[in-house]
Amino acid sequence: MLPPFELSQPTTLPEALSALAAGDGQPYAGGTILVPDLRGGREKCRRFISLAGLEELRFIGHDDEGTTLGACTTIADIAKDPEMAIAAPALAAAADVFAGAMVRSVATIGGNICCGSPSADMVPALLTLGAEVTLSNSEGKRKIPLSAFYADYKKSVLKPGELLTAVSWKPLRQSASHLFFKLARRKGDAITVTGVSVMMAANDGKCSKVRIALGSVAPTVFRASQAEDMLRGRALTAELIEKAAKAAADQCSPIDDSRASAAYRLQTAQALVRRQLTQAWHQASSV
Amino acid sequence: MIQEKIVTLHVNGKEVKIIAPAHRTLLEALRHEGFVEIKCGCEKGDCGACAVMMDDRPVDSCLTLAWHAEGCEVTTIKGLGTPEKPDPLQLAFIETGGAQCGYCTPGMITAARALLNDNPNPSLAEIKRGLSGNLCRCTGYTRIFEAVQLAARNMREEREEV
Repeated sequence: MLPPFELSQPTTLPEALSALAAGDGQPYAGGTILVPDLRGGREKCRRFISLAGLEELRFIGHDDEGTTLGACTTIADIAKDPEMAIAAPALAAAADVFAGAMVRSVATIGGNICCGSPSADMVPALLTLGAEVTLSNSEGKRKIPLSAFYADYKKSVLKPGELLTAVSWKPLRQSASHLFFKLARRKGDAITVTGVSVMMAANDGKCSKVRIALGSVAPTVFRASQAEDMLRGRALTAELIEKAAKAAADQCSPIDDSRASAAYRLQTAQALVRRQLTQAWHQASSV
Repeated sequence: MIQEKIVTLHVNGKEVKIIAPAHRTLLEALRHEGFVEIKCGCEKGDCGACAVMMDDRPVDSCLTLAWHAEGCEVTTIKGLGTPEKPDPLQLAFIETGGAQCGYCTPGMITAARALLNDNPNPSLAEIKRGLSGNLCRCTGYTRIFEAVQLAARNMREEREEV
C-alpha cells in the first residue's frame, strides 16, 4: 500500500499553476519514479498536483524553427513519432531503450528531466541538441538552456511555484550526426551504467559543431565542455579523438554502486566517447 | 482527513464503481473488485505482472492510481480473450509452452498484445524490446518469444485468408 496522500486534479495549465503557486503540493506526472519512491519511503511529500489531465502539455511540434515537446509527452509518444528519427536521432534512440513498454506508456519527458537523476536517459540527447526548457508559473514563463537547469544531484534551478512545461531545440543541421549509446546490465529495462550522446557537424573537412553529454558518471548529466573545445574547428584524427575522450573521462566523477564500480564507469565513459566521436566524425564528414 | 471519492472504472466492458482514496493503485482496486487475474509482483514497475491495457496503451497497474484510470477503458487478460474465444496470443502461449507457473503470463500477454497492435510483424529484437518490462523466472523466455512469433504469424495468415 502507498502511504496516504492528497491529490488535486486540475484540468488546465493555469489551474495547475495556481495550485502550485498556492503551495498545494508537488507535480505528479507519470508516477513511474514517484510511486516506487512513495512506497519505499524515499518520497516524503504527501500532497500532489496531478498533471494527468493537462492534455495541452502532451504534444510534439515540428516546424522550421525546430521541435517542441510538451512536458507531459510520454516516452512512448516520442518513440512512436515518425519524424523524431530525423529531428533528434539520439533522442529517438534513447526513447527506444528507455525502461519497459508499460513505463514508456506513462513516463513523461518533463518527469525524466525534472527527476534530476544522473541516469535519466532522455537528458544526454537533449543536452547535445542544445535544448532549452520552458519554466512556467502563474505570472508567466522563462526559457533557460537545459545545460543550466541542474544545480546538483537531483537539484534544479526550478523555483517554488514553477513547472517545467516544455522542452525545445533548433533543427539539427541536415548533415549532423546525433548519437546515443546506453551501457547497462542488459539491453532492456535497465538503469544506465554509462550513457553517452554526441552531436557533430562538419564543414570543409573540419569539425564545425560538437556537443558531448554523459549520463550516470557524475551527480548530474553534463556536457564534456573541455573535450568539445579540443575538437571544435579541427580536422579530427584518431589521436585527437583519444585525447578528447580522455578529457571527457577526466570531467566525470562517478560513484561505485550496485550496477558498476566508479573505475568501470570511467573506463567505459572514455571508450564510449571515443567510439561515438569516431562514428559521428565518420558520418558528419562523409556527407 | 484523507479524501476519498467515487471512481467509475470501465473494466472489460463492465462499469465498476468504487470508493477510493487518492493513494489506491489500480492494481489494488481491481484485485479488491475480484479481477484477480492481474498479478501483484514487484510493485515498482520492473516486472510487468500487473500490466493491463488502459485504452490503447499498456500500463503497470501498480504504478497507476485508480483515480487516473477514470474515463479509460481498462482491459485485463480476461478482457483480451476467454476460453471460448481466446486471443491468438493465448492459443500460441498454450501451444508453445510459453506459460509455466503462469504468474507472469497475464502481464506478458498484455504487453505482447500492445506490441502486436503497433507492429503486426515484429522481429525477434522488437519482441524482446516490447517484452523487456516483463520478467519471467520459469521459461527462460525462449518459448514466450516463440509464442509471440507464432501468434503474429497466425494473425497475419488469418488476415490474408479474409
